[in-house]
Amino acid sequence: MSQTTQTQSLTLVQAVRDGLYGEMERDEDVLVMGEDVGENGGVFRATQGLIEEFGGDRVIDTPLAESGIVGTAIGMAAYGLRPVAEIQFLGFMYPAFDQMVSHAARLRTRSRGAYTAPMVVRAPYGGGIRAPEHHSESTEAFFAHQPGLKVVIPSTPHDTKGLLASAIRDPDPVVFLEPKLIYRAFREDVPEDTYTVPLGEAAVRREGSDVSVFTWGAMTRPTIEAAEELTEEGIDAEVIDLRTLSPLDEETIVESFKKTGRAVVVHEAPKSGGLAGEITTTIQEEVLLYQEAPVKRVTGFDVPFPLYALEDYYLPEAARIKDGIRETVEF
Amino acid sequence: MSVLQRDPTDRVEILDEDGHVREGAEVPEIGDDRLVEMYRHLRLARHFDERAVSLQRQGRMGTYPPLSGQEAAQVGSSFAMDEQDWLVPSYREHAAMHAHGWPLEQILLYWMGAEDGNVPPAETNTFSVAVPIATQIPHAAGLAWAMKLKGDDGAVVCHFGDGGTSEGDFHEGLNFAGAFDVPAVFFCNNNQWAISVPRDRQTASETLAQKAQAYGFDGVQVDGMDPLAVYSVTEEALDRAKTGGEPDEIGTATRPTMIEAVQYRFGAHTTADDPTVYREESEVERWKQKDPIPRFETFLRERGLLDDERVEAIGQAIQDEVAETIEAAEQHPQPEPAEMFASVYEDMPDRLEQQLAYLEELRDSHGDDTLTEE
Repeated sequence: MSQTTQTQSLTLVQAVRDGLYGEMERDEDVLVMGEDVGENGGVFRATQGLIEEFGGDRVIDTPLAESGIVGTAIGMAAYGLRPVAEIQFLGFMYPAFDQMVSHAARLRTRSRGAYTAPMVVRAPYGGGIRAPEHHSESTEAFFAHQPGLKVVIPSTPHDTKGLLASAIRDPDPVVFLEPKLIYRAFREDVPEDTYTVPLGEAAVRREGSDVSVFTWGAMTRPTIEAAEELTEEGIDAEVIDLRTLSPLDEETIVESFKKTGRAVVVHEAPKSGGLAGEITTTIQEEVLLYQEAPVKRVTGFDVPFPLYALEDYYLPEAARIKDGIRETVEF
Repeated sequence: MSVLQRDPTDRVEILDEDGHVREGAEVPEIGDDRLVEMYRHLRLARHFDERAVSLQRQGRMGTYPPLSGQEAAQVGSSFAMDEQDWLVPSYREHAAMHAHGWPLEQILLYWMGAEDGNVPPAETNTFSVAVPIATQIPHAAGLAWAMKLKGDDGAVVCHFGDGGTSEGDFHEGLNFAGAFDVPAVFFCNNNQWAISVPRDRQTASETLAQKAQAYGFDGVQVDGMDPLAVYSVTEEALDRAKTGGEPDEIGTATRPTMIEAVQYRFGAHTTADDPTVYREESEVERWKQKDPIPRFETFLRERGLLDDERVEAIGQAIQDEVAETIEAAEQHPQPEPAEMFASVYEDMPDRLEQQLAYLEELRDSHGDDTLTEE
C-alpha cells in the first residue's frame, strides 16, 4: 500500500511554480531563463521566489530578446544543462521561431543523435483575459506541425506539475503552453513531492457513450460544462483532454471513437490548419467504418485574434460547443 | 554647432534640473506660441496618463502602458517633425502620436479593446501601434527607404525602448538604414527599465547611443526629460536625414541618426505590474527631480511666457479636454462582431463568409449575452 501523499491546494500557475521548484531541487542542471523571471517572479508570478531559492545563476533575467533566449538555451542544453526558457506570451514567441524550428527541433536528427536539445520553452497562451493586442493567440498548430518538437498543454493544476516535470526530464525539446485564462480559475490538490504525468497520453475527463469530444487547455472546462448540461437532453458525451498535441495519443482518440462513432473537436485556435483537422483525419484513416456522422469542428474563426472588445465572440463557449455536440449526435 | 557629432557619452542638455538654461547651452529657435503649446502638450500627456490609469483601475479600460516621466521625449521629438514626416511608434508613445496628429480618443479606444483605435486618421503620417518589441524598427527603415526611392522630402522618426535594442530587429533595422542611407531617426526611449529588467542587464554597452556607430552613423545621448534638448537633437537629426548627401566612404551613412533619450518611467510598465517589486522608491524620487513639466514651466515663466493665471487656465482646459475625450471614447459604439471578418483580406474568401454567417446565426439563436458571458 502506498504511503499517504502530502498535498497542497494549488492554482494552475502555482502548479507551474511548484513544478519548476521541484525539478530545480531534484536536478541542479535545471535552470530558468527569460524576461522578468527573477526579481519580478514572472509577469504571471510563475517563477515567484525562485531566484531567492536558487540564485541568479539558475533563475536568469535575460535581455529582451526571444531569439537570444531560445538560441542560448539550445547551446546550454547541448552542453548538458536543462534550460526552461520562459517566453512571456505565445504571441512574442515568433522572433525565436527560427531557433525553435530550424535548430531545437532538428539538432538531434541533424547530428544523428550526437547533439540534442533537452529543453522546455514555456509560454502562456490563449484569450479571454482582456489582454492587449498580440497577447491572446493560440498558435499551437505552428509548433505541432514541426517534427522534432513536442507540444504540451495542461488543463489542471495536477497535470501541470506532472507534465512540466515530464517535459523537463524529456530528452527532446518541449513547447509547454499554459492556458492563462485558467491560471487562477480554480484550485486542485497537488502532491507536494515531485511526480510525472507522461507526455503523449490523453486524459478522459468524462466518460460517455454517444459522442467523443476532443479538446485541450482552456477549452476543457467549457467543454465539460457543455457535456454535463447535455445530459438533460439525454446526450452522453465523452470528453477527452488531449494534454499532449505532439505526439498525439492516437490510441485514446481511436478507442473512444470506436465506442461512440461520432466526434467533435473544440479548440480556440483558428479553424483552418488547426489541429482539429489532424485529429479528424486520424479518425478517417483509422476508424472510418465506425463513423456515423461528420466530425464537427468548434473553433476560433479564421481571423486575427481581435482586440478584447470582441474576443468573447471569437472564443468558443459552452453554448457553441453544445450546438456542435447536438448537431453531431442528431446527424 | 552640431549637437549630433559628439561622443555618445557626451549628453546633450539645455535645461538644468531647476529649469534654468545651462551655461553655454543653445536654446533652439522656437516661436513663443509654439513653446507654450509644447508645455500644453506635456501637461495634457500627464493628465491623460493619470486619467487612463484610473480608468483601468475602475475596470473601464484594459491593460494600459503609462508614460508619466516620458512626456518631454515624446512631445519634444514630435514637435521637431514636419507634417510630411512619418512617426513610427511602439506602444507607449501616446503623447508623441497625439502631437503628430493622432486623436487621444483613438488612443483610448485602442486600449479599450476596439480596433477603431488603430485606424489612422486621414492625412496623419503615423503608423499604428506596435506591441511586439522592436518589430517596428525595420518598418521604419522601409518607410524611409521608400521615401528615398520615390524622391519624397520627408523623414521617419521611429520610437522604441531600451529593451528593444536587445532584439534582432533593432540590429537589422538600423543596419539596413545605414547600408541604404535612408532618412530615418531612431529614437530610443531609454526609460531605464524593461518591465523589471534594468538597463545594465540589457547590454554591456556603456551607452545605447554608441550602437549606432557600428551601423555607420551617429548616435547621440540627450536628456530625454528636457523638451528643449530633445527638440534640438531631433530637429537636427531630421534635417540631416532630409539633406544628407552621398556617403563618402565605406562605413559611413549621411542620413540616419540614433537618439538615446535618457529618461525614466515614473509608473509601472503597464497597469499589470507593480514596480515596487523590482525597484527602489528612492530611485524613482531621484528621477522625479528631473520631471520635465516643472522644469519647462520654470523656463517659460522666466521667459515671461507663463504666469500663474495662464498655468491655471491651461490646467483647466486640459482637464476639460481629457474629460470630453473619455466621454467620447466611452460613448463610441461598441464594435460589431462582423468587424473581425471585414478587413482580414480585401476580398473576403468564401470560407470566411461562411464563418461570418455562422456567427450571425449563433447570435440569433443564443443572443449576445450567452455568447459573451464569462
